[in-house]
Amino acid sequence: MGAPAMSNNMTIDGKHVPFSDGQTIMDAALAAGVYIPHLCHNPQFEPHGSCKLCVVSVNGRNMTACTMPAAEDMVVASNTPELNRDRKALVQMLFVEGNHICPACEASGNCQLQAAAYYLEMQSPHYTHFYQPRAVDASHPDIFLDLNRCILCELCVRASREVDGKNVFGISGRGIGTHLVVNAASGRLGDTNFAATDKAAHVCPTGAILIKRQGYRIPIGQRTFDHHNISEVQMKPQEPEHE
Amino acid sequence: MNEQRKIRLATCSLAGCFGCHMSLLDIDEKLFDLLAMVEFDRTPFTDIKHCGPCDIGIVEGGVSNAENVHVLKEFRKNCKVLVAIGACAITGGVPALRNNIDLWDCFQEVYLYEGGLEGNQIPNDPELPLPFDKVYPVYEVVKVDYFLPGCPPSADTIWKFLTDLIEGREPKLDSAMLRYD
Repeated sequence: MGAPAMSNNMTIDGKHVPFSDGQTIMDAALAAGVYIPHLCHNPQFEPHGSCKLCVVSVNGRNMTACTMPAAEDMVVASNTPELNRDRKALVQMLFVEGNHICPACEASGNCQLQAAAYYLEMQSPHYTHFYQPRAVDASHPDIFLDLNRCILCELCVRASREVDGKNVFGISGRGIGTHLVVNAASGRLGDTNFAATDKAAHVCPTGAILIKRQGYRIPIGQRTFDHHNISEVQMKPQEPEHE
Repeated sequence: MNEQRKIRLATCSLAGCFGCHMSLLDIDEKLFDLLAMVEFDRTPFTDIKHCGPCDIGIVEGGVSNAENVHVLKEFRKNCKVLVAIGACAITGGVPALRNNIDLWDCFQEVYLYEGGLEGNQIPNDPELPLPFDKVYPVYEVVKVDYFLPGCPPSADTIWKFLTDLIEGREPKLDSAMLRYD
């Protein structure tokens, strides 16, 4: 009908960001090199919209950038003190809800939760810790599952369903009792057909899913976020997974 | 001439490993610069047993027993500025790994199943402080003014933080200095 296929009238923090039909604000931002903090989003999977870190102000209303389609004339604000303060509070809540003890975690330095907290300049978790008892499942010969570190992003759920075609993971329970479950009668990872080569074994943003016998091969201090800001890492398109 | 009064500094380790103190000592020759600016009150370096009125108090380690609370409250009462240093003071840290284990189960595992030189018994001398069911970060017990994360924070990080504070600037860690491990 004469309408251009490529619209060009969205701005994020005053910067002109082009987008095409079907792209979300996050898609367009990542393509244009504009960083919007996120944890549950991974461009390789359908958006989930659960972590809320990517909430931006769209024409004055708050929306999750990973699920909101980009549209003509949108004025988006992302990197503002108010939104970053809210993002920091969300990360702090994740820290006190789980049991995230960085010095004792093999994912330290490669953990996106930790890196997001660095980016948002989190000095302390601020809130009262829950210290909830959460299960560790070491039944699988090649993979550890440590629910202390799970932030319920559902990336493993999505990867197992969409890429591996196995449906190994799911989320169950409500509220503070929400937790990752394993699709086996016993509930144990060792009783599933999950494999260390599965996509779902390599998408966890924290240390909840770890490959066994890889511990500390890369020393603390030489890991991804020891040298790179999370914005650099997450803006790289399709970065290779770490072994 | 008015000789400028030195900043008075106290430090302690609660449920910590003294690693943060070791990292403080790791500023090496800058210790002389530090001593030109501060005088120590209670610290493991002076062996003073109680904290008197101070400008800055630095607390390492989480709160795992009743004695930790007494020390921490004494610091809060006497220090104008209280700093929580290291992962344990800020999150409970490695000692907080026991928080998901029942205290009685912990005691049995440590003292009863294997036994020690004195046989299988749980220490119950009245001099021993009562342990808490969980290890708590210091900010869940008293108000904390500043946090200095790291396990431990590097000597450079501690030096940057302390010099900012002593020289009257709002302490600011650049992104390479903010680490939780």
